[in-house]
Amino acid sequence: MADGLAIRGLRLEVARTGDDIVDEVDLTVAPGEVLGLVGESGSGKTTVGLAVLGHARRGVRIAGGSISIGSTDVLGLGAEERRSIRGRLVSYVPQDPSSSLNPALRIGLQLREVLEAHDFGGSDEARRARVAEMMAEVLLPGDDEFLARYPHQLSGGQQQRVALAMAFACRPSVIVLDEPTTGLDVSTQEHVLATVRSLARAHSVAALYITHDLAVVAARPDRLAVMYAGRVVEQGTMREIFTGAAHPYTRHLVAAAPDIAGGRQIVGLPGRAPQPGARPTGCSFALRCELAEDRCRGAFPEPVAISGSHAARCVRVREVPSSTLAQPARAAARGRGDVVLEVAGLDAGYQGRTVVHGVDLVLRRGECLALVGESGSGKTTVSRSIGGLLREWTGTVTFRGEALGRTSRDRSVAQRLGIQYVFQNPYGSLNPRRTVRDSIARPLQIAGASEDEADASVLDVLSKVALPASYANKFPDQLSGGERQRVAVARALVSKPDVLICDEITSALDVLVQAAIVDLLADLRRDLGLAMLFVTHNLPLVRSIADEVAVMSAGRIVEAGPAMEVIDRPREDYTRRLIAATPSIERALA
Amino acid sequence: MSGSGTAIERRPGIIRLAMRLRRTQIGVGLAGFLVLVALLGPFVAPYGSTEFVEMPNTRNAPGTVFGTDYFGQDVLSRFLFGGRSILLLAASATAIGLVLGASLGLLAAYNRGRLDEWIMRVLDVILSFPQVLLSLLVISMFGPSRVLIALTVGFSTTPRIARVIRGAAVPVVERDFVAAAEAIGEPRRRILFSEVLPNVTSSLLVEANLRLTYSVGLIAALAFLGFTPSPNAANWGLMIQENRNALTVQPWGVLLPTLALALLTIGTGLIGDGLSRVSAGIDRSGDRG
Repeated sequence: MADGLAIRGLRLEVARTGDDIVDEVDLTVAPGEVLGLVGESGSGKTTVGLAVLGHARRGVRIAGGSISIGSTDVLGLGAEERRSIRGRLVSYVPQDPSSSLNPALRIGLQLREVLEAHDFGGSDEARRARVAEMMAEVLLPGDDEFLARYPHQLSGGQQQRVALAMAFACRPSVIVLDEPTTGLDVSTQEHVLATVRSLARAHSVAALYITHDLAVVAARPDRLAVMYAGRVVEQGTMREIFTGAAHPYTRHLVAAAPDIAGGRQIVGLPGRAPQPGARPTGCSFALRCELAEDRCRGAFPEPVAISGSHAARCVRVREVPSSTLAQPARAAARGRGDVVLEVAGLDAGYQGRTVVHGVDLVLRRGECLALVGESGSGKTTVSRSIGGLLREWTGTVTFRGEALGRTSRDRSVAQRLGIQYVFQNPYGSLNPRRTVRDSIARPLQIAGASEDEADASVLDVLSKVALPASYANKFPDQLSGGERQRVAVARALVSKPDVLICDEITSALDVLVQAAIVDLLADLRRDLGLAMLFVTHNLPLVRSIADEVAVMSAGRIVEAGPAMEVIDRPREDYTRRLIAATPSIERALA
Repeated sequence: MSGSGTAIERRPGIIRLAMRLRRTQIGVGLAGFLVLVALLGPFVAPYGSTEFVEMPNTRNAPGTVFGTDYFGQDVLSRFLFGGRSILLLAASATAIGLVLGASLGLLAAYNRGRLDEWIMRVLDVILSFPQVLLSLLVISMFGPSRVLIALTVGFSTTPRIARVIRGAAVPVVERDFVAAAEAIGEPRRRILFSEVLPNVTSSLLVEANLRLTYSVGLIAALAFLGFTPSPNAANWGLMIQENRNALTVQPWGVLLPTLALALLTIGTGLIGDGLSRVSAGIDRSGDRG
């Protein structure tokens, strides 16, 4: 191959112990092609992306293999030469543009800096012209007023476009995009992705697109590579991966991804990927694989070609697609329960600024109401008002027939314990200095339970959230993100609440973990008759979990109704646009 | 299966991590030795602390190791007696400063807004006076009693501790587990001391150490200026003052207490440095995502 990116047998290890972080990675990306690199957090996808730039994080060593960009052998270069190819031959678009752009410099200056660093364009005029051209390519205004802005004066999507312009500035051969749209709203994501693809095509750039979100990737790349525990387990075209996944892990990944177009129920997978140093000798997925047999445990399987473009590292490739993943149909909606919580005329805000206007919601026993909206739509403000975590709101919130006080301190113990809140980020919602047992037991102690009663209840809820009793003595930093979120759910359940408020509780989790949590919530709702307010920006997820949905925009509810009806037959323009912008695997394949 | 259940593997705490650093080990060695000297000294001193032994300022008086001081007292014995009061006063002053400073700092961090403003601005006013000046002022007004010295030095360190603890606690207060505690109606006192405080212990430990170091210096300085609870009792700061005129004739009377104070503060300083180095790492690991 004359141009493009070729990775051969790449291995990176922990410098201190020699444990493999990434091993046996073979990838090629042709000029003009977009290769999607998909995997859960910790699968080594970012490590591979950084290695393409000849970079390894502190404490990590590039231990073997080769990376070539055109005729340049990246790993054969010295530190100084590697620096000189970055930006010129290969460039990088990081995840978070708000922290990758220098907040103290105007964006025009930052763009010119890249060109100057590589002596691109002979004169200042040539560079100025190139900056204007780049801005036009990423569909941003290139006038002086815009270039004189600071990063904070741009929206998240605009910031990411500036980062894209910087990456494409010196016409590199290879570009590495590391989750460039995570944290952006769906409609913004869509535009940024389209720009990436057309630029890569137009300038024959080989693009490595790293992401954990299968649905995002569905509409874009030409080919996909799936990573698990540091190895590429399957490669193929998008259609091959989504319709005929040959590796059991890929199949689970596809089954766990919620899709707005499909009527599929998402399926989770328990357990977690083995970490560096704890990986088995054979196939690293064997521990969680329902198809594993003895020969899987000997050595890591070699890639098996299924077609010219499709290969998977599994000894049972031929049998995988025919085995079925149970996809239980959604339980039919039962008769509607009594109203437990009613919100009427809610206005809420911060520091005198009202951001939520006249919100009405009704929540019935055993029902899940999804509150959906883009960031800044006010959905969390609504849920925090109901949860008693916000002082500035007016209107009425009626719980079990009684009007609630504004903050939790104005409410009775029974009211406080009857409405439980689960937070978005499981890394922040558990006190790191408390054991799981102590965190879960607190609500009971406040209600006046004895230590023995508390212990019994803790064990009971731990089993309800499918965690072993031995976890009671662990501290949060010994748990994975999914396990922490289970503990947070257990803490919410321990006081036997009527209403559970889930504030984006799966957005910090990988899809397989998200699917498992969604499974869990569905079971709990059925078994305990819980009413749930599920706040999310993730529209596809609504299909898998909610009975009713309320769509919020700019602090108002624009549309509400039964979830399936709203998603399949939206009445309002806003909802229609939101649904159209949501990436969908099934739509892309149709 | 309460508390005493199965033993689980814990990440080593800040103290154990710090003890792996050479600087902390040296610091503990130095400070530990001088604390022992100060605490056990009176029991092994060959003479009493105010006992007349020989002619004043004799370098090699018979029966003494380091000679006699300006008053004919045994230098070694004065030295062995002279650490205890400084050390105990410094420790109690630091304890007072910590309890007050940590409480105010936590209160300010948790109640952002008017209360925060009031607490911090009042502390800023106190902070704008040099610590020595403030202590001198109060002690010269009311006389150098033990309690007053400890209280004054403790009060004068309070604003600094409060600032540091407030700074460490502000990001902790913003985290969701505090909101979770509020949502179930946890009392404010419990949120401060059992949710937030355990998450700022590393800052607290570093600060405690630093303030102890400064308090030793301050109390010795006050003694040097003559502000000691009892003017005849042996005291390192006082010894330096008493014997400095005879420095060329009998240097030991100044040298011993100076060395002791220097090594003690270097020792506690090294411990503090080790603690702050590892706590920077610990605080980061608890706060991903």
